Amino acid sequence: MANKIIDWIDARIPMTATYNRHVGQYATPKNFNFWYFFGSLALLVLVNQLLTGIWLTMNYVPTAEGAFASIEYIMRDVEYGWLLRYMHSTGASAFFVVIYLHMFRGLIYGSYQKPRELLWLFGMLIFLVLMAEAFMGYLLPWGQMSYWGAQVIISLFGAIPVIGDDLTLWIRGDYVVSGATLNRFFALHVIALPLVLVVLVFLHLIALHEVGSNNPDGVEIKKNKDENGWPVDGIPFHPYYTVKDIVGVAGFLILFCYVLFFMPEGGGYFLEKPNFEAANPMKTPEHIAPVWYFTPFYAILRAVPDKLGGVIMMGLSILVLFVLPWLDRCNVKSIRYRSIIHKLNIAQFTVSFIVLGYLGAVPATPALTIAARIFTITYFGFFIALWIYSKNEKTKPVPERVTFK
Amino acid sequence: MKKLLIALFALVPSLVLAAGGPKIEPTGIDWTEQLKDQESLQRGLGYFQQYCAACHSTQYQRYGRVAEDLGISVDEMRANYIPTDAKIGELMENAIPEKDAAKWFGAAPPDLTMVSRVRGEDWVYTYLNSFYQDPSRPFGANNTVFPMVGMPHVLEELQGVPLLQEDGTIVATGGQLTPEEYQQVVKDLTAFLAYSAEPVRLERERLGYWVLGFLFIFFIFAFLLKKEYWKDVH
Repeated sequence: MANKIIDWIDARIPMTATYNRHVGQYATPKNFNFWYFFGSLALLVLVNQLLTGIWLTMNYVPTAEGAFASIEYIMRDVEYGWLLRYMHSTGASAFFVVIYLHMFRGLIYGSYQKPRELLWLFGMLIFLVLMAEAFMGYLLPWGQMSYWGAQVIISLFGAIPVIGDDLTLWIRGDYVVSGATLNRFFALHVIALPLVLVVLVFLHLIALHEVGSNNPDGVEIKKNKDENGWPVDGIPFHPYYTVKDIVGVAGFLILFCYVLFFMPEGGGYFLEKPNFEAANPMKTPEHIAPVWYFTPFYAILRAVPDKLGGVIMMGLSILVLFVLPWLDRCNVKSIRYRSIIHKLNIAQFTVSFIVLGYLGAVPATPALTIAARIFTITYFGFFIALWIYSKNEKTKPVPERVTFK
Repeated sequence: MKKLLIALFALVPSLVLAAGGPKIEPTGIDWTEQLKDQESLQRGLGYFQQYCAACHSTQYQRYGRVAEDLGISVDEMRANYIPTDAKIGELMENAIPEKDAAKWFGAAPPDLTMVSRVRGEDWVYTYLNSFYQDPSRPFGANNTVFPMVGMPHVLEELQGVPLLQEDGTIVATGGQLTPEEYQQVVKDLTAFLAYSAEPVRLERERLGYWVLGFLFIFFIFAFLLKKEYWKDVH
């Protein structure tokens, strides 16, 4: 009976073929390590954000008068509303933790290199849209930091010559951040951007399954196939990686739920303290800091003495990641078989990113500004150095088959 | 790689949030523990309604929910804690209009529902202990953790007249309560504000232990399942 139904469907849409292509018969390298959990975890967090978001929308009031109170209504009067809200707010930070680690994986194992450039570009677009999504979502609670954070970030567009002022007016829909801004951010946050995000995730996965997954050795498993055309170092995604990813999910959920239930404010970083006070256009908080996942880029913005220059450098710091596949001219992918220079370069880049993240979160002092300038240079230095040395890099021999370490 | 990861995670909690105003010493009071003391919370609600609620609202919570959480019966709540014209299901708003309040005090007294989340319980506790007599101020009182605050020392009849000593400490005399009793009042009030900032705090942690317990067991089974499947891979 079940087979008949499946046959009936398969005669009309390619259900079984699609399942096999993407799950059942998708050849996955068998040497994935810890770093390969974060793709599936990103998907999990995305689903969490979509579902909790839908339920939050049912009780949220998107007006300047009602927004803040409706969040507290959700926290107090809606059955398990507090759980939905914390799942969503913790999920936002978890999304960036997972995405940054996922991107770092791509960086160290050269997963952006040919033939995965488009896969990387879709990923970068997802990152970009995710930042917009998070930024607009952060305005919705209409707390002090929501309001002033948005005020500061939107005003950055004012630095653009000629059209700057008109552009900020167009974004806000008002001369200051107001109910009009809140309404449009709400629309974009709950409909427009999630739609774009889901489409991009779909394209990201299609691109991945077309070229096949990279792995910690950077070996193309498709180059070594058995007589049936199955890669000898490949295993079907299901059941092997579904059961493995469940372990990753369990481990992730332990950390996630620890934060969710025992420190939902994330030490003032996931939910900033001033945001428990309703937005007040007359009262500027002493220290306006963006949420932690924007701070590396914010530090770069502040490091540049000129406002327009800062905006340009901040934009470049994100855009330069897009062209990474073309900056890296080495044909060895994995960090395991690349030169010591490359290893050191990635290490310094990682340190620069983390330190910039710290610097963007604390109030600027002259000494810290100098530090931010130095690490801005080393951040961009990573890409410049990579472009120079990768052409003639002294690499180690890459094995024929994948290895286990 | 593992070292890098540990370093990455270790850095996160070490980033300390920069808070404005004079720094306060940690009080060492475990406020989660205080939330379990219902009698203290009830007293805190009583003091709040008596001394604070005339000017400060806690407008994001309802009388009925507070009564339920603090173990107060509806009749008792109506009799002792609710202004005569308010209903049990209403939000705990205050009587004076914001405009008048702003005129009288220079700034409208802020809503206090979430004050302990904005500033921290220790801050609230220290703030209530830091009023001192200052004739230069409109209401004759100033505060060491909130200099030039526009608020009178409403608890003065309990604490007595607090005088700022040369070493920065505050000594009060002539109040209805002993210093120890006054400390308890401040503790009760702070505990009540900690409750009102997040009424689900205890429930959240209680549920958290069950969820984590389940996840640890789930993790073990997931791991064993993975091991079983992967036997034939290597």
